[in-house]
Amino acid sequence: MILSRREALVLALGSVAAAAIPLPALASVEEAVAAFTGGAAVTDGAGVTLTAPEIAENGNTVPVSVDAPGASAIMVLAAGNPTPAVATFTFGELAGAHMASTRIRLSKTQDVIAIAKLADGSFVRTSSEVKVTIGGCGG
Amino acid sequence: MANDVKPRVKVPKSAKAGEAVVLKTLISHPMESGQRKDKDGNVIPRSIINRFTCDFNGKNVIDVKLEPAISTNPYIEFEAVVGEAGEFKFTWYDDDGSVYEDSKPIEIA
Amino acid sequence: MTQRTIKTALAATAILGFAFTGAAMAEPVDDALVIDGTEITIRAPAPAHLDGALTELISGWAFRDTETRAMQMDDFDNPGMIFVDRGLDAWNAVQGTEGKSCASCHEGPESMKGLRAVTPRVDEKTGKVMNIEAYVNDCRTTRMGAEALNLRGSEMTDMLALISFQSRGELVNVAIDGAAAPFYEKGKEIYYTRYGQLELSCASCHEDNYGNYIRSDHLSQGHINGFPVYRLKDAGLVSPQSRFVGCVRDTRAETFAAGSDEFNALELYVAARGNGLAVEGVSVRH
Repeated sequence: MILSRREALVLALGSVAAAAIPLPALASVEEAVAAFTGGAAVTDGAGVTLTAPEIAENGNTVPVSVDAPGASAIMVLAAGNPTPAVATFTFGELAGAHMASTRIRLSKTQDVIAIAKLADGSFVRTSSEVKVTIGGCGG
Repeated sequence: MANDVKPRVKVPKSAKAGEAVVLKTLISHPMESGQRKDKDGNVIPRSIINRFTCDFNGKNVIDVKLEPAISTNPYIEFEAVVGEAGEFKFTWYDDDGSVYEDSKPIEIA
Repeated sequence: MTQRTIKTALAATAILGFAFTGAAMAEPVDDALVIDGTEITIRAPAPAHLDGALTELISGWAFRDTETRAMQMDDFDNPGMIFVDRGLDAWNAVQGTEGKSCASCHEGPESMKGLRAVTPRVDEKTGKVMNIEAYVNDCRTTRMGAEALNLRGSEMTDMLALISFQSRGELVNVAIDGAAAPFYEKGKEIYYTRYGQLELSCASCHEDNYGNYIRSDHLSQGHINGFPVYRLKDAGLVSPQSRFVGCVRDTRAETFAAGSDEFNALELYVAARGNGLAVEGVSVRH
């Protein structure tokens, strides 16, 4: 897996934090991906689509959709959250288009990542940055 | 069990055989993430819906693993292919062992 | 709407680095709010009693982002609608010592159609300002033998959602004359009074600076026709007076309580500022 600079930073910061503060379950993006793929290679690009707003009006409820024709499962991660796991959609035999939409929490501006397990067993990945703004009116 | 948990599902009344239909689901649930603290600084324990499934006439449509990053009142939208008239069954699994269910019939037009 | 300049310069904001950012001014969208095929009035000429303070009324919906607006355009995508369902369960549930539910006297919730559009209003007999919450608690305590609900609790906002939904699309028409006149005047005075360390009045944000940003918040005209609001931030319903509590607290002031004489008068006044907009019957905001 090739890491972008941002992910490398996130991972590096994550491991520093993990070393300094013995938090339980500070699962990294890398660990979450490995658990999903079983260590198989993940390629960037075609095969999976992630739709998320460029700017989220509130990070507490951010609508996201994933779509991967023929995929058996799609995992969604939020790289900048305290724990990156968001959801894993596993499609059954009666699934229509292999898509799903949900609403997620993002603690700050970050990359949302979708990884799909395609029909041939290979894994593809895409990501989208969502800017989370801090509102002026906390009430 | 979290208080006042109420599911809501949207299923078309009818579909053509073999057609994909869009299903929408929402359930009122706090999805307490385990990341928040109360006023006294104590961590509020995690309490979420961790799994959602939809089946049609006993066959699976989707099986979703939900994590604490799913928003309060979890919303899930997906598609199903309907081959014959029957019933969708929706099931939500709570961390505390509670199971919430809803079902909706669909006819073939 | 024409481009407006910032009318208000706030001494306190300069010190605290807390300012309205006119440069980032953005117009509210021109889109129509259509919910499941029915158009809801979100723009209207300002009523005469506003004396030109606003030229056009614009619902807060038009100030929100695309994704937030979309959530209100479908009754399933709108997460607030589940609380209408929950309110209906409560409506039919027998509560209190008299063995009654809301339905025992009022039958279906559709009997409440129109109420949200004309409240708050003043009860001629008691001289009290009655909003939906006050009517619910009055029924509970005087007829049902039940405890009054917490004005800001979820049981109350469920009822508020159910009852407001019955009036969706009806134009707000809150009376400001007769018995309502003194409350309207009192509410107006509160609306224009600067509160808190930040010395902000309701008007500072919602009359002088709507369309501008306060940090990243796109300021609306502050109408309450859409309430109760499903706030994405809270992931739950917010009543008008809960919003007032939040706003006044954000000025760094001690706030009035929900149900206080001050907020009852303010709710009547603010509701009347929106006369001509439609009841949205559970809106979605950020």
